[in-house]
Amino acid sequence: MMHLQTENLTVSFDGFKAVDDVKFAMGVGEVRFLIGPNGAGKTTLLDAICGRVRPTSGQVWFKDFQIQHQSEHEIASRGIGRKFQAPSIFGALTVRQNLEIAAKAPRGVWANVFGRSRADKEKLKTVVEQIGLSGQEEILAGNLAHGAKQWLEIGMLLMQEAELLLFDEPAAGMTDAETTQMGELLLELAKTKSILVVEHDMEFVRRYASKVTVMHAGKIISQGSMEEVSNDPLVAEVYLARQAERK
Amino acid sequence: MKSSFSRLAPFFAFGLLALAPLFLGDFRLSLLGQFLALSIVALGIDLIWGYTGILSLGHAVYFGLGAYCTAMFLKLEAVKGAMPDFMDWNGLTALPSWWKPFGNGVFALSMSMILPALLAALLGYFTFKNRIKGVFFSILSQALAIITVTFFIGQQAYTGGTNGITDFSTAFGYPLGEKKVQVALFYLSLAALMAAFFGCKLLVSGKFGHILLAIRDGENRLRFTGYNPTSYKVFIYAFSAALAGLAGALYVPQIGIVSPSQMGIVPSIGMVLWVAIGGRGTLSGAILGAILVNGLQNLLSEKYPAVWQFFIGATFVIVVLFLPRGIMGLVADVQQKMKARKRVEVPQTRTVTA
Repeated sequence: MMHLQTENLTVSFDGFKAVDDVKFAMGVGEVRFLIGPNGAGKTTLLDAICGRVRPTSGQVWFKDFQIQHQSEHEIASRGIGRKFQAPSIFGALTVRQNLEIAAKAPRGVWANVFGRSRADKEKLKTVVEQIGLSGQEEILAGNLAHGAKQWLEIGMLLMQEAELLLFDEPAAGMTDAETTQMGELLLELAKTKSILVVEHDMEFVRRYASKVTVMHAGKIISQGSMEEVSNDPLVAEVYLARQAERK
Repeated sequence: MKSSFSRLAPFFAFGLLALAPLFLGDFRLSLLGQFLALSIVALGIDLIWGYTGILSLGHAVYFGLGAYCTAMFLKLEAVKGAMPDFMDWNGLTALPSWWKPFGNGVFALSMSMILPALLAALLGYFTFKNRIKGVFFSILSQALAIITVTFFIGQQAYTGGTNGITDFSTAFGYPLGEKKVQVALFYLSLAALMAAFFGCKLLVSGKFGHILLAIRDGENRLRFTGYNPTSYKVFIYAFSAALAGLAGALYVPQIGIVSPSQMGIVPSIGMVLWVAIGGRGTLSGAILGAILVNGLQNLLSEKYPAVWQFFIGATFVIVVLFLPRGIMGLVADVQQKMKARKRVEVPQTRTVTA
């Protein structure tokens, strides 16, 4: 079964097509990397999938559901989790409270008025260990270091029990050790979830990607293993060559 | 860790207020009773502004609606089956049918909370659904205040126009002028304030309160976590409007009049200032601000009738410039410093990281 699929997906901003007639599919348990030069439409594609921007035309399927008309919170409740490039967490709450809000539980007002958190304690403990924040549960999230905020946001996606994770440059601004840790976590998560990653760090892509999709000017121009993609002359022309020039 | 002091402080303060009738004269007691009612509005404003980050500059409308509902009841009881005087002057020959149910006290008091909540829910639904926020929402709430005042002045035959509704005599048969009734109204306001305070406390101390803070700090993140912020905002906006309505219902029998000028932009901003001065984001700060500012206003206007408004203005400026987190923010800072000093004296206590 395809986990995520788009058909003729187009997103245009005032006539400029940031995503142009894209047909994209990924299967369950895949770690897919989305690469391409700046302005290729990678982040916009993620935005269109998770409801942040409305597609101008075309369809998005998550499992058997069409989701292109749904709002952000409905898509999120279906099981798609989004990690933004800049860490976005709730600064006035502690690490634990951030995770409790994200925990899978009823989302409605009436279910939560006077409600205590019903987050599974075991689950919370596991996630805190997974993201390396053990012992810092009671710290205000706003006081965490930049890297720790990134991890906390990922922890929130784990508490949410999303089935499909959309990551926007998870390794950006991280140290080498943290980047390795992030890669290992991606592989670990891929055992139970599908992951779509936008990434600029080619070394990172080479190490952790099973399959790579290359975008340019709003279109998908190549797809395959890193090896295949690197040898695609079209890709070399628009992207890898350009990077080589820079070096 | 919360110190036992800050946990017990509200009980201590409410206890002190309960003893006030023993020490205060009639006039002062009546004033304090009014301030207690006004504190309930401050709690509502703190919920939506301090916790949820929505700045409403039109809350006096909800306060006024609550006040009018109760005033209609009091007026109908005062005229004993006849028509209220202002209707007569404006050429009405019979009591309008929608006025009639307000002769029932229970109905009128319930409407004092239900009507503001309904209006707020309606307005909130359309604005929050369309993701109107920040300054735009504040401006919209001011427009609401202008429209309401204009409407109430214009519909003189039904609302009493600029003069509003006044000349009350009794409430449920008890004469409002009597000392015993005044004291009872004072305790009623105190009880309502305590119920509102502990109710709000319950609301904000659990997961619901965390969600409100999450809306304030990262509404988008909350959306992508699967919550619909719109329904939470509509709920809390309507809830805070109901609190304002309750405050209006308690205020009217104590002050003896309601008029459109109490629903305008200026009183709305005044209410926000109480919260700003007391310390937004803390429930006790909202109450403290309401009582202190109103108390100061009365005291100064008695002592310096010509220039008291300058004093009040100066206080606002000083607080905004030097105490951005209000009085409670100052208290928190002082507590922090004292704790830090203690930690230096007793080095074996656990230090706090970050």
